[in-house]
Amino acid sequence: MRSLKRPLSKFYRKRKFEYILPETGDWPVVQLARDRKNFIDEVTLESTQRVKVIRNTTPGLIDELELTRYKEKLRIQTNPWKIDPEDEVVYWEKVKQKLVDAGNASDQEAEKIAEDTLRDITSRYANEITGNFKQSHYKLARRVANFGFARLLNAAKLKGWNAFLKKEYSLQDKIQLVGEVEHLRKLAKIGTVIMVPTHFSNLDSITMGWAINELGLPPFIYGAGLNLFNINIFSYFMNSLGAYKVDRRKKNLIYMETLRTYSKQAIQRGCHSLFFPGGTRSRSGKIENRLKLGLLGTAIEAQRANYMIDPQEGRENKIFVVPVVINYNFVLEAPSLINDYLESSGQERYYVENDEFSTSSKILSFLLKFFTKGSHISMSFGKGMDLFGNYVDEEGKSIDVNGNHINTRDYFLFKGEITYDAQREEEYTRMLADEIVKEYHRINQVLPSHLAPFVAFQILRKRHEKMDLFSFLRLPIEEMEIEYEEYKKTFDRLRNIIIELYNNGKVDIAPTLTSDLDAVIKEGVENVGMYHARHPLIFNKAGNIATQDLNTLYYYHNRMEGYELEKYI
Amino acid sequence: MSSKNTSDKPVAVVGSGSFGTAVANILASNCEVLLYARKPEVAVEIEKTRKSAGQKIHERITPVNDLELIGKECDVIFPVIPSPYFREMIQKLSPYLKPYHILIHGTKGINVAPKEADSQKLTVEDIYTMSKVIKEESIAVRVGCLAGPNLSKELADGQPAATVVASHFDEVIKEGQKLLRNDNFQVYGSKELLGIELCGVLKNVIAIAAGALDGLGFEVNSRSLLISRGLIEMIYLGQLMGANPQAFLGLAGLGDLVATCSSNLSRNFTVGKRLAQGENIKTILDTMEEIPEGVNTVELLVRLLDNYKMRAPITETLHKILTDELTVDEGLRLLMKSPFNVDIDFF
Repeated sequence: MRSLKRPLSKFYRKRKFEYILPETGDWPVVQLARDRKNFIDEVTLESTQRVKVIRNTTPGLIDELELTRYKEKLRIQTNPWKIDPEDEVVYWEKVKQKLVDAGNASDQEAEKIAEDTLRDITSRYANEITGNFKQSHYKLARRVANFGFARLLNAAKLKGWNAFLKKEYSLQDKIQLVGEVEHLRKLAKIGTVIMVPTHFSNLDSITMGWAINELGLPPFIYGAGLNLFNINIFSYFMNSLGAYKVDRRKKNLIYMETLRTYSKQAIQRGCHSLFFPGGTRSRSGKIENRLKLGLLGTAIEAQRANYMIDPQEGRENKIFVVPVVINYNFVLEAPSLINDYLESSGQERYYVENDEFSTSSKILSFLLKFFTKGSHISMSFGKGMDLFGNYVDEEGKSIDVNGNHINTRDYFLFKGEITYDAQREEEYTRMLADEIVKEYHRINQVLPSHLAPFVAFQILRKRHEKMDLFSFLRLPIEEMEIEYEEYKKTFDRLRNIIIELYNNGKVDIAPTLTSDLDAVIKEGVENVGMYHARHPLIFNKAGNIATQDLNTLYYYHNRMEGYELEKYI
Repeated sequence: MSSKNTSDKPVAVVGSGSFGTAVANILASNCEVLLYARKPEVAVEIEKTRKSAGQKIHERITPVNDLELIGKECDVIFPVIPSPYFREMIQKLSPYLKPYHILIHGTKGINVAPKEADSQKLTVEDIYTMSKVIKEESIAVRVGCLAGPNLSKELADGQPAATVVASHFDEVIKEGQKLLRNDNFQVYGSKELLGIELCGVLKNVIAIAAGALDGLGFEVNSRSLLISRGLIEMIYLGQLMGANPQAFLGLAGLGDLVATCSSNLSRNFTVGKRLAQGENIKTILDTMEEIPEGVNTVELLVRLLDNYKMRAPITETLHKILTDELTVDEGLRLLMKSPFNVDIDFF
């Protein structure tokens, strides 16, 4: 094996992180909850303004309101949910009546009716989006989760009934925290942190919630799909974790603007936030390469707004971005995710949220498997950066290519003044998304269970190079066998290339990837997708490499996309 | 908005070659201009003679040799430096650049990533347009480029012409238009930064070929053949590097291609012509005052094509001519036998 030229990333075991803000009353999210009414009013006011700027004539605004009403009516008819408020039908009927009135009124009256209606709708949306954070609930949820998980883990690992109360294993053995964790803690003290994890599984929000608490950070707010609030127990936890509600069925302009304003204002109030910038879970198993810009953009808007209020780049008003990559050996939803992906032939389309996690029993059975079998998760935390993709130092100061400090306020200056330019901020958001994707690839930790499927799939694929992907995936799996020696040789070569990439800072590796070659392969083959009914990789009777499911093999293989490793097969 | 206006602040042109000087003269009808010359004695000489690269300079142009001054005094900077020196110049300027600076370059060449300088096979990532160099070497983000049929000598004479300012930022396009536009000079805007940059870069290759045809004494039919096949080759190469094909059909693509393929004033055209007349490439380069970007571009493109199993007949043939593998005559005969006989098959 090629030698390592930099030390392996730090990871923590049984490390107790002190809370950076011991008094829960000081948490921005608690302060926000206390000031809930004012906050909603501010969000209402600003989002009303924003829509008025976009639809800046009365007829234009009335058209927009009419369109919103129509879409809402359609949603109520075609896709009603249990959680929807009972007065919905009546409410939108009233809106309809007001719009009729506006049509018959004088220009001046019509303008007033339109504005009032708009304000009323944004207020309704703002109330609906706002979470219901209660610190007592949070503390309880925290205790239950920590205690429950830790007990479960010890009981599973150490045989015997009394093991239930032992403390030999901590959750940090199961979920490893890797990378720039101390830096993150510092930044959360200095300013506002936007954490942006990759999104592979519904388990992600739970793991992130656990990690945030484990690292001694105050709760991060994040947008959770309204459907999750359908389930009572989930609803309780979501509220406790500082979640606000995102209704993905509502795609109208007024709703989107209210949501964006909500996020922007919460960030401005110093609430640390969590976005899954990929939008939905990665269907293909690839690390996200195209990010959704909507919520990311609100961080940039908040930063500019902060500087407009206080132009000094200060300690309190700076916003930081911390990318996180969550590494799994196993993604419960893999088979259905990859089927979605293949059905859409790689084209973007709207995915209907499906329901692997829809019932409590499915979640529980998954958690049981997770804790009782030998699989772990690692979470890699990247170095903090500003909203323009520059790394920041220990004090949160942005550093340029020459090692000089950058005043990030300068990004908003035009002719010496801080200005608002929507197109400029859109472009900054795009640039930020690119930098996040690059950082994902740098901190992505290669596990044996990532490399094993990659090597196997690529060897098989090369044998049928001329075939298109879809025909290839339909080949009978009985023919898919790789001689162990051939596999081992290729695996060795690829591992060396990955170590070379690692030495150049282009990727991270798990310590287990550096063990004896046979052991690494064994670990990889046995761990990848280990709980699926049909295994992506197995050793067959002859001791060669085979597969039981080419689609999931493809899924797990995709994880190593983006490093141009294909050419070394 | 503040009463301060960019036109109150001077605008800088970094590079006092013929195109840099022409750009400075155009700008000077709208604002004060600092014209940077790399060598201090050249700045002094320009000030003394009020002439730069053979052109008279406008009274509102001040020759300078101080990059720090430019960073401090100017919000808008036009780097117009030959590509071989571009990175080095940006590195020197970089300490004085801030995120609010607007940089609109006018260099129609490409570089290779320093670490790949000697590598035979290049990837798309290894190819640097000048805006990519600026972004890598400095903190500047508001970057744009200038491209179009802008032969320096005609601009200097004040003949009517137009150019394209491309950038991802509206404010850069607007500012560029405001600063450059005058009665004789129209400025179009585009969001396709990469595409517009590559128009300027790739047309130089075709210009060498056009010069070669001219040198062999061929006229309109053959030139039209070259221009249209050349445009298609440009589009394919552009797509390979991630650009949008539409960009090539505008002023900076087709417009500039027609200009450089028709004019003895173009450097790259001159290279081709002298090659056809039997001169050797080394002698040609040694005797030219300014760098014909196309020669370097051909070499980088061939190293790129190697890696992607792609063919670009005109570029590849030119490469063989430039490396003395073929004479111009042989190259032309080879091209005429080219099996690529489908007219258009992209879009």
